[in-house]
Amino acid sequence: MSVLHSIRFTLNGKPVRASVPVHLSAIDMLRDVLHLTGTKLGCGEGECGACTVIVDGVSVNSCLMFAVDCDGREVITIEGLRTDEGLNPLQKAFVQQGAVQCGFCTPGMIMQGTALLNRRSGMTVEEIRRGIEGNLCRCTGYRKIVDTIASALHETSSEEIS
Amino acid sequence: MHDIKRYLVPDSLDEAVRAAAEGDVTFLAGGTDLMPQTRTGARSFSSTLINLKQVPELRGVSRENGGIRLGALTTVTDVLNDVVLRKAAPVLSQAADHFASDQVRNSATIGGNICNASPAGDMIIPLLLLGAVVELASWNGEAVGTRTMPLEEFFTGPGKTQREPGEILTAIRFPVPGEGFTARFVKFGTRPALDISVVSVGIAGVKENGTLRRVRAAFGAVAPVPVRGRNTEAALEGKLLTSDTIRQASEATQEDISPISDVRASAWYRRELVRTLTTRILNDVSTS
Repeated sequence: MSVLHSIRFTLNGKPVRASVPVHLSAIDMLRDVLHLTGTKLGCGEGECGACTVIVDGVSVNSCLMFAVDCDGREVITIEGLRTDEGLNPLQKAFVQQGAVQCGFCTPGMIMQGTALLNRRSGMTVEEIRRGIEGNLCRCTGYRKIVDTIASALHETSSEEIS
Repeated sequence: MHDIKRYLVPDSLDEAVRAAAEGDVTFLAGGTDLMPQTRTGARSFSSTLINLKQVPELRGVSRENGGIRLGALTTVTDVLNDVVLRKAAPVLSQAADHFASDQVRNSATIGGNICNASPAGDMIIPLLLLGAVVELASWNGEAVGTRTMPLEEFFTGPGKTQREPGEILTAIRFPVPGEGFTARFVKFGTRPALDISVVSVGIAGVKENGTLRRVRAAFGAVAPVPVRGRNTEAALEGKLLTSDTIRQASEATQEDISPISDVRASAWYRRELVRTLTTRILNDVSTS
């Protein structure tokens, strides 16, 4: 067994501490140590994006990240998107527009969609497609996923204007 | 089972190279290659894991003495977003744009991409076109010693480099290309998104009155290491870019490469791709 290392970081807005084997991946820590199972492990090699989380404002594959690299950073998982009013606008849009089939890719799609929305408004459909090129949907429901992110993007930008 | 005995997070290069000098170390930078390689057992950890992320000397993009220095920890996203690089070396920004996915670009480092030494490493071909050198640091017993080496000499085989076990790749440097420099990089995969290159082709030179001078050609995924195309370069150097020259240069690529057949493509197909992509690039260069 590898040596343990103590880390502290902010997880979904709350400070957490964990003691993890240094070879452990961030996703294994999230799911097996901290019991947040919303983040999904798909391929384990950064091809499918089901494990996408946001670290210090940018999206990363948590299956490629070492848990010890969470130390001192701000991590947001799918569980952290919920606000006091319930689901966030992108989550609501996924539900309302039926951008979900089997649902396995959904947390990763929403996290990557959130990263794109945070980055800028006014993306073209082509830019959204490029933006989610690291997220696979094996049900191939890409059209609704792209349309839903586009609609949320549109709503976010009109909110900003008003 | 993984059995790492010691974990270090040095906050200076001095501390990092001293620790590395003790031997039996694995370095962690972006982790995007190390994690899946160790998870699948393709690679095992040494007894000490050194996390390099807090070493300030490995960070940042800077301009110095007419050249550009990319700290080894510069992420592919950093390369993509850097305005200095976009202007001085657009071929590098373009390669960064076609590198894996947003999530991987946000983590993967340029130093890691080079040290991983994949024959298909996406950032390596444009860096070869730019005449890059790598900077390596190690503990010489009394202080931090550094040496530099042309990038094209760095690779010795798939996953293998000239880096000694106690050495840390600290930066990549290249001169800012001068007036008239033009460079093209084409990556060919089976789908446009997130794919390991079947082949990649890069050609650069200074274009003047319809001829290319100081030509550099480089090819990825067609040899055990990313290669310079000396025969291709010779076929182009100083010659008017006519259709004859382009045909001869495209033919000369075949002497520069030694592709294998694998899951992604056959050797025959790789040869055809390199020939065709070279023709396309040169046609484009000759008319622009």
